Amino acid sequence: MPDEKLAPDAAETAADSPIRAVEAPAPAVPAPGAPAPGPAVPGTRSAAPTVEGERFAADGPAAHAEPAASEAVERAGPAEPSKPAEPAEPMHPTTGAPRPFVLRHHWIVRLTHWVNAVVLVGMMASGLQIYNAYERFGVRGTRLPLPNPLDMHPVPRWARLGGWLAGGLSWHFFLMWPLALTGLLYVGYLLLSGEWKPLLFRPRDVGPAIEMQKYYLHLRKEHPPQGKHNALQKGAYSFIVVLGMLSVLTGLSLWKPVQLSWLTALFGGYELARYWHFVAVWLFAAFIVVHVILVFTVDPASLRAIITGWYRGRFPSHD
Amino acid sequence: MTELDRRRFLLGAAAAGASALGTACSWNGGRMLSPKLMAWSGVNDWVSARLFSSSHRAREYPLARRTPDAEFPNYYVSDNVPALTDPAAWRLKVGGLVRKPVDLPLERLVALPRVSYTVKHHCVEGWTAIATWAGVPFHVVAEMVEPLPAARYVMFRSFDSGYSNGWDLPSAMHPQTMLAYAYNDRPLMPDHGAPLRLYSPTKLGYKNTKYLLAVEFTDTKPGGYWEDQGYPWFGGL
Repeated sequence: MPDEKLAPDAAETAADSPIRAVEAPAPAVPAPGAPAPGPAVPGTRSAAPTVEGERFAADGPAAHAEPAASEAVERAGPAEPSKPAEPAEPMHPTTGAPRPFVLRHHWIVRLTHWVNAVVLVGMMASGLQIYNAYERFGVRGTRLPLPNPLDMHPVPRWARLGGWLAGGLSWHFFLMWPLALTGLLYVGYLLLSGEWKPLLFRPRDVGPAIEMQKYYLHLRKEHPPQGKHNALQKGAYSFIVVLGMLSVLTGLSLWKPVQLSWLTALFGGYELARYWHFVAVWLFAAFIVVHVILVFTVDPASLRAIITGWYRGRFPSHD
Repeated sequence: MTELDRRRFLLGAAAAGASALGTACSWNGGRMLSPKLMAWSGVNDWVSARLFSSSHRAREYPLARRTPDAEFPNYYVSDNVPALTDPAAWRLKVGGLVRKPVDLPLERLVALPRVSYTVKHHCVEGWTAIATWAGVPFHVVAEMVEPLPAARYVMFRSFDSGYSNGWDLPSAMHPQTMLAYAYNDRPLMPDHGAPLRLYSPTKLGYKNTKYLLAVEFTDTKPGGYWEDQGYPWFGGL
């Protein structure tokens, strides 16, 4: 990406989004007062958790981070060659030149990610417990002509939560609250902070998505250049938000098919809404499997980033 | 912590988490969490009551959409189909916090204003079935006995091994809530709750008490057979 900058000049970054600009050396945890997102917080450079960060900010755009960065690497310990970041450095996906740690994920993103990870597993397991009480789709005496791998098959015990129908319902109707609330918090944060921009899949991402797929299929040798996320990631992270909304809305339509009859009708009636609710389970399961595999095979540094917030991996942390 | 230690720690934590999850599966929350989950169910009941509209009617279906009789399940909690030893002596006792308690024989109930509709039945298990029900609207009987202002709930009792359901008054007074004596144009059959059952298309199946014996207006929230075991109390659709 030509406009990709690892060390963008301070003035620009401060006005743009401070969260991406903190080039602090290897802190294990983000500073308690990690800069709040949003373009209207100038001068948050000083919130960088180290002296170097502050000096960097004070020095301004002219004095580049070179001495500070090398000093920082020494302080942090790892015996890696220090290579100061340079503006518009081309991507070296395979060599993976060391980069400074960058605060990549706001605490809201990390919190909602992990709450959702736990809650989603609980929702799927308790949902399968509920499914077990009537393991097919369609009004009694009929069958929806749609594929269902679990038609007339009980769900294995290990995949269920709740012990019996009432237990499954209790879990499901409890966990639906944190699921919906963290979903709202996450989407609300993305919208207000502008962080939706590097995440939203748009028509212009279709071409790059095909290139990425070629790379994964070994039809292309070089990793295509990318910003914070590649086009396939944008697709996945946009899709998962839509899938979350589908789950919550079909769930509501099943909970209150009379009071919210318009919503149930929107999904084609109660039986179809129940089917779409179930399809969402398979799509979530598929997403989780692919998501976890890619974290460990493609970008293990992203695991640290989603836990502590700090990222130092092969990919840039901003667009 | 070195990088290797950290990795080993993370791997160990992940393995511990996975095995904990494994043993936790099919777990109802145990003695600790189970009551808390049931208490939370009260929050959902509160939300359900707010979402409930006294004027919003469940959709009605054409007769052609009816589920064949053989496909419509019939449940009771007794070992055998509950039956009265002396059907002729049966009366519906309506009392509690009311001005004029009455005992109503079936002939009197049938003589009261009649309501009939073909609606979808939603079972808590996830299945649905369409049937026609006919009976006397519950609010007609309520107006007859004149509930006291303190009455906020209604308890429905049956002769099916103590099966019962507690309802909120607004749900009971909904225009589609009826004391049904006919199913698919025929008198209610013993396996569907004869001689009289509660029916409402705005409630889950288990809230619709079969084999009715007594209706009691109360000021304290009554439980119910399944409700006391962990099923949602409101059970509203």
